Amino acid sequence: MGERVGIEVSIAAAEAVKMANTDVIAAYPITPQTHIVEHLSELVADGELDAEFIPVESEHSAMSVCCGSSAVGARTFTCTSSQGLALMNEIVFIAPSLRLPIVMILANRSMSGPLSIWNDHTDVMSIRDCGWIQIFTENGQEVFDHVMFAFRVAENSSVSLPVIVNLDGFVLTHVIEPIEFWDKETVKQYLPDFKPVNQLHPDNPVTMGAFGLPSIFTEAKKAQDEALINSKSEILKAWKEMGDLVGRYYKPVETYQLDGSETVFLTIGSFGETVSVAVDELRAQGKSVGQVKLRLWRPFPFDEFREAVRGVKRIIVIDRAISYGGPGGPVASEIRSVLYQEENMPVITNFLCGFAGRDVTSDDYISMYEKTEQMAKGKVTQEDYIIYGVRE
Amino acid sequence: MVKSEEELSWKDLEVGCVVNEAGNASQYKTGDWRSMRPIWDTAKCIRCGVCYIFCPDMAIRKTDEGYFEADLYYCKGCGICAQECITSCITMVEEEE
Repeated sequence: MGERVGIEVSIAAAEAVKMANTDVIAAYPITPQTHIVEHLSELVADGELDAEFIPVESEHSAMSVCCGSSAVGARTFTCTSSQGLALMNEIVFIAPSLRLPIVMILANRSMSGPLSIWNDHTDVMSIRDCGWIQIFTENGQEVFDHVMFAFRVAENSSVSLPVIVNLDGFVLTHVIEPIEFWDKETVKQYLPDFKPVNQLHPDNPVTMGAFGLPSIFTEAKKAQDEALINSKSEILKAWKEMGDLVGRYYKPVETYQLDGSETVFLTIGSFGETVSVAVDELRAQGKSVGQVKLRLWRPFPFDEFREAVRGVKRIIVIDRAISYGGPGGPVASEIRSVLYQEENMPVITNFLCGFAGRDVTSDDYISMYEKTEQMAKGKVTQEDYIIYGVRE
Repeated sequence: MVKSEEELSWKDLEVGCVVNEAGNASQYKTGDWRSMRPIWDTAKCIRCGVCYIFCPDMAIRKTDEGYFEADLYYCKGCGICAQECITSCITMVEEEE
């Protein structure tokens, strides 16, 4: 087993990318992702990591370079946030359609405007339907572990899809946490060499990104959808094997104090830990409260989620993004769809909070619980979402 | 080519829709884009080959007699050959289905 060190999460993430023996890194610095990319740049410059670090002129170029390097069979990594993700958007959709197993860390930050550098989930929710495997992490250890996981899943020949590892900007990127590193032998055991399904090589010319007429486009999209759905078996296998190797077993849907809970909080990302504190406080008051956390966002873990909330009467969905003039938060909107027409469908309340780094404390979650109990006495519709803490 | 594009199911597609056969553009029939076809008047043709050189799709071939004709599998009917012909021996005529 590896060493446990106190380290900034961004630096640990970069060290994980190094330990994964990445071949190509193409990235443009943007707050709050900067420390990850800076540290990788240092590792390459100091000769600690034998990789090409390509300092591109924009994120659009970063993702374009990543597609090229992945296509020739190089293990490829990039990292961005918010506006950077928006700028690379065009190519973000290309990578999964070409089945290129790029790994991207997305240090979640709000989309402007007003201009902001702080954390919420408006960036990642804007690319919900881009076709990447998308996972959320709650602390530094999960980030480190999921860098290895991401390469392992992405490059598996039956998957061959890009993976986004989401971590909350500042809340995770800039904090120092105790993180257990993997030793080299464990990495080697867990992460085989990258053998691309298709490869650009002069000895065996292939065309990637060919034109698709209306007569074939539908079939291409169906194949891509099936590929993402079917990646789940390899995702589960990769988590199981990681657990066997390092002792931390991850699941698509994590639960906390769930048994028999009448009301559950649903969270994604680092806010989950504060909600767990609120759950403890509410339980101490004798309330029947638990928590469900979505780790796997795409492919959506339908079975595991329905199983987790079976028998639950109320779900408090915490969203960190807004669908203006629409169904409130994107997570709540999906949860309603997933549970629609289930027997004894729970009441779902939706609180939108923590926009652009605004603090949300355990007391705030307790208020949301109390508000939910009150609302659940009447009918709660999708449009009844609450932007929590807004000054009237 | 085992199946035409219209017959392929999603399961038949290569991973990432890669085209793993080089030089397959020759299988693509562009002739059905054509609304006009070039006709050569061999009485006027001096067999200079200007039409052959200018054809952007290499869809003009030389006959055994040294005259030229369009390969209608590829010819899109763009009319460049007729425009460039020195003796105006090429006429574009309507396709009648």
